[in-house]
Amino acid sequence: MEKRFDEKTKSALFEYVLRLADDNIIIGHRLSEWCGHAPMLEEDIALANIALDCIGQASALYSLAAKIDGAEKNEDDFVYFRNENQYKNLLLVEQPNTDFAYTVARQFFYDAFTIYFYDELSKTGLDPLAAILTKAVKEITYHLRHCKVWMLRLGDGTLESNQKLQSAVNDLWRFTGEMFFKDETDKFLFQQKLIPDSQQVKNKWNKLIEETFREAKIKVPNTLPNTAKGGRIGFHTEHLGHLLAEMQIVARSFPGAKW
Amino acid sequence: MEEKAANIGDKLWEVFVQSKQGAPHEHVGSVHAADSELALQNARDVYSRRSEAISIWVVPSDQITASAPSDKGPFFDPADDKIYRHPNFYKVPKGVRGF
Repeated sequence: MEKRFDEKTKSALFEYVLRLADDNIIIGHRLSEWCGHAPMLEEDIALANIALDCIGQASALYSLAAKIDGAEKNEDDFVYFRNENQYKNLLLVEQPNTDFAYTVARQFFYDAFTIYFYDELSKTGLDPLAAILTKAVKEITYHLRHCKVWMLRLGDGTLESNQKLQSAVNDLWRFTGEMFFKDETDKFLFQQKLIPDSQQVKNKWNKLIEETFREAKIKVPNTLPNTAKGGRIGFHTEHLGHLLAEMQIVARSFPGAKW
Repeated sequence: MEEKAANIGDKLWEVFVQSKQGAPHEHVGSVHAADSELALQNARDVYSRRSEAISIWVVPSDQITASAPSDKGPFFDPADDKIYRHPNFYKVPKGVRGF
């Protein structure tokens, strides 16, 4: 894809692909933190599976970003040797696991977004990005099914499980607007007809969220969904630094180490 | 409360996996889950991660009626010494497979 585009388009595409890769590596890492700690063995394996899918998607996207950039970089350079302000992920995905209800709500918001967003994006025919996203949609279909099951069971379960999920939803709600936020990069690529309009995705997302909330007996929070943003330009919440410290320590202490 | 929640999540399901079209569903193990949809998802995650399956059945373990180990004698021994019950006297024609 690198040959057809001028420098400006290439650099916008690089930025755009990097954002998608960052979303997936960060939420994948968050999920991997459950490994060995989930409420039951079966859920432990389920969360680790989803984590591995996300990390796999990130890996494919970083390879593509490196290709667009043309610099001699690999996936590890992006993941282990960039600082907090160089990460362009959504604030939603870096929020800590807190408890199982938080993890379920965070993943549900994210999957309900990526399932429609990646589908639209893959239709624009931007190969090989389209191929990576088409495969991702298949994986996300299962992630969403798994999270939705838990949204319904926690929301419509006991009084305690309903309260825990409601408080997770309330806390995470302000991060959801950022998924549909558009900056100069998005607007430029949209003008070039390389990416779709996010309004359609937003409508579908809203519909799925409302239906699920109703079924799960969860109330739509009365706070604005778009008060927290900045991830796309490298302004993060305090949680990302801690995540990166843990994720990067070995690679930075022993650069180039092989095992 | 804690105990109740643990009990609900502890329901046991037997998992049967079909590896290819036309093959029988074979028992591969069991999972814990609160209900059938979660049992199916757990079975998918635990037993088909390395593409071993094209179809999965889950069955509540308490719905299976099984013979007891002490039934072994009365149930199965009588077949041992009655050679005439086994169709060993027939020659199988060449070309017949999977007999």
